Parts: sequence; C-alpha cells; structure tokens
Amino acid sequence: MRILPTGDRAVLVEVADRDARVALATHLRRDPPPGVLDVVEGAATVLVRTASADHLKRVVDDLRRIDDPRAATRAVTPAALDADAAAEVLLVPTTYDGPDLASLAQHLGESAEGLVARHTSMSWVVDFAGFLPGFGYLRPSDPGQPWPTVPRLATPRKRVPAGSVALAGGWTGIYPSASPGGWRLIGRTDLTTWDQFADVPAQLVPGRRVRFVERA
Amino acid sequence: MTGTLTVIDPGPMTTVQDLGRPGHGAIGVPTGGAADRASLRLANRLLGQADATPGLETTLGGLRVRFGAATRCCVAGAPCEVRIDGAAAAFGEAILVPGGAELALGTPRSGLRSYLAVAGGLSAPVALGSVASSPSLALGRPPLRAGDTLALGEAAPYAPHLAHHPGGAWQAEPTATIVRGPRTDWFDRESSAALTSARWTATGALDRIGVRLDGPPIRRATAYEGKELPSEPMVRGSIQVPPDGQPVVLLADHPTTGGYPVIAVVTDADTDRVAQLRPGDPVRFRAVPPPWR
Repeated sequence: MRILPTGDRAVLVEVADRDARVALATHLRRDPPPGVLDVVEGAATVLVRTASADHLKRVVDDLRRIDDPRAATRAVTPAALDADAAAEVLLVPTTYDGPDLASLAQHLGESAEGLVARHTSMSWVVDFAGFLPGFGYLRPSDPGQPWPTVPRLATPRKRVPAGSVALAGGWTGIYPSASPGGWRLIGRTDLTTWDQFADVPAQLVPGRRVRFVERA
Repeated sequence: MTGTLTVIDPGPMTTVQDLGRPGHGAIGVPTGGAADRASLRLANRLLGQADATPGLETTLGGLRVRFGAATRCCVAGAPCEVRIDGAAAAFGEAILVPGGAELALGTPRSGLRSYLAVAGGLSAPVALGSVASSPSLALGRPPLRAGDTLALGEAAPYAPHLAHHPGGAWQAEPTATIVRGPRTDWFDRESSAALTSARWTATGALDRIGVRLDGPPIRRATAYEGKELPSEPMVRGSIQVPPDGQPVVLLADHPTTGGYPVIAVVTDADTDRVAQLRPGDPVRFRAVPPPWR
C-alpha cells in the first residue's frame, strides 16, 4: 500500500489489487475517520478527501497502521460484499441495435448475435464510477470470465443519447445522460439509471450487480 | 411575502451557486459549487448570513437583474462596476436595492467571476443536498436566461460581523501553492522544475471544469513514455498533464476520475484564485510539502 500526496486535503492510496481496493474503500465508508468528506475509487486506487489539513494528518496516521487492508477489514471481505450486492441484481432490458454492434462484432471475429449472447449471459458488477454523474464502469463479476478489450472510437461522438449501452476497454456501461462519448454503442435501454432529484439518484453504485436482458 | 429576482440579462454566463455537494464522488459527482468559494463566502458574510447561502456566479459580469421588493445584496469576487438604476453603487459591501430597481454588474477590471449574494438567498431545485449548478454535468438549475424569475428566501435581520471588504488583494501575477504528486515520477526532472520556475499563461480553454495553461511542454520521464494510467480519482486543483504536455488545472466541476497523470495539486484555498484567471492571465506555482510529511 502506497500513500501518494494529492494536495493539502487529500491522499491517493495505491493498493495491490482490486480486492484490497474494495476492502479499503468499504472500510473507510462504513467507519469514516473524523473529517473524511469523500472516498472515491479508481481502477487501482482509493482517494480519501478530508475537510482540513489537520484531519488529513490524522487520516494518514490511521492509514499507515494498515499494512494489508484485507486483514484490517476482515469483516468486510469482498466475498461478503459480493453476497450483499448479489441480493439486488439490477436487470437492464436492452434493445441491441447500436450503431457500432455489427462493426465491433466483426472486429472481434464473431457474429452480432454471438456478442449479444455473451453480453447477456455475463453477470456484471459496478467496479467504480466516474466520467459522468451516475456512470458506472461495469466489469465481469467473475474475473476469470474472458471478455475482450474494446478500443474506444478514435474520434468521440459529439452526442451519445441517454440509455446507450456501450463497450470500451474491458468495461461495459450505460450512458446516464446525453453526453459526448467515445465508447462503442451496442444497444439502448429505457431504464433510468440517473435522476439527480431522486432519493437514490444513482442506480449504478460501486458493488452493484447488473445483468442485461435482451428485449426484442 | 418573499421577494423575487428577475433576470433582465444574464451576461455571458450566470449560474446559481452555493458551496457545493461534497461526498458523492463515488457516483461520479464532483463537489462543484462556486468556482471561487472564498468570494461567495465573503459576499454572504458581508450580508451577515451563512457562508453557503445560494447566490449568483457571473462570468465576465454583464448581469442585469430586477428585484420585486427592496432587497439587500452584495457583490464580491472579480472587482466590477455596480449600478442601481444607472447610479454607481458600492462593490464589496452591503447595498440596498429598491423594489423594481435594476441592479447591473459591469465587466470586471480583472478576474473572471463576480458573485452576487442576496439577503435570504435564492431558491433553486435541490439535487444531492445542494442547489449548485454544474452546466456541463446537467446538475442543478441550468444557466440563467433573460426572463427567469427566482424566489428569494426569508432574510434574517441585517446584523453583519463584517461591514466592508475592498476585496482588492488582486495580484497582477498570482502565485498558487501546489503540493507535488501523486504522479510526479511520471515526468522528467526538468519538467517538474519548470512547473515552479516557469510563468504560465491561462489559455482560452477555460470553464468551470478546468483551465488549460500555456508554457514549456511538460515531458514524460523515459520510463513512462507512452504508458497509460489506469483511471484514478481527481480533486479540485489537480494539475493533469495530457500527452501534448500542456497542463490543465481542474476546477469545481471536474470529472471525478481521469486517465491523465497528475503532476501536482493546487492547495484547496488557492484553487479559488486559479478559478479567477482570464485568458492571457499569468500564474506561477510554488511547491510546499503535503501537511502530513
């Protein structure tokens, strides 16, 4: 675990692997030290943002006592988290008619039907969020399951409609609102994944399980 | 009956701002709020009300509004002319605008964003605990348009602790404090040194998300050339360096994660000053150690 400086109010913690990251973020969210304003996960990092430089000093002291976040947070092992999250699988009814579906399937050396079948048979989990409010980066929930790395568009589209189901890198995602974007669009859903005025604004929170269901 | 504010002309851009919505980075929502929080805070303190009371953030002035009833208000931030029905009024102190009168803000002499605080605050839809507007993220109320009317909150009796603030501490060439990291090691030593020795210039590529600076290109260290950084969390003040080597300082409406390495981070208080840079304005950086080292 490495603690990297990030200004006078935050630190970035680099951890060994995804399990350690999830364990550390969950630990900090369930029992936040005084003055912690925000805990944000990246692919291999956890950001801890505090209200003041004094709070930050104390948080860093606490973090330094954690050698292995998994040992420090045995009560919230990723397995336990997965069991929690699995109780609430978000089903996403999807029409697979995206403008990039055919060309992407060809690029991957398979049929469009084959790619759709793989996308719908897979169980996904929100790894972390970012890019836009309510945008979740979904990875296969079984890390052993093969899923291709998909290149982003060389020139991003100026406007991707809300509800677009897309692929990029090793991820899949759902555009929560209309925005410019460079992910490959394979389908669309009517499901609302983001409403800033709702009691629960985001559906795709880290740890949430997701399945895509093909709609004719 | 509560008062109203009607927009006659919003100028280049006017938004409703408070001090933002911390705590939602995990769902991709940055804190947002006033780009220069210190100035909104000051305007509210001069009215004797809570720091986070919602007010208006103008970009390069040009705002004209009319109040339904006599309203106490205060303009702070980028220093500009203030007029009530054409007559000069004070900047940086509480002023009483008669009912039906027009309040106009001129183009600031320096700085980018002036703030109008209004006794009782402005009403706008609350999203994730805040009325702050982030236009690029479609959060909060969209930028104001001519004809928009906003309701005012109930004003407390006027009893400020602070009566006047000239707000004039505007250095011609501001220096912002930075903490090096988290990804200093991705860049060569000369580039890291240039960050604090060079004079940087704000480009026209600036908004509430960030400001791109012009200066000596920041080069990658040999070991990191062409390397991709897995997406990692960003903060207000992060100095991201895209492959072209021209740094971008992230501001209030920054993306919560990003894929460009961050060479240094502007200290929290000094991001308010960076948010006041206009295209062509110079800025220098001075490095300090992180508070925990």
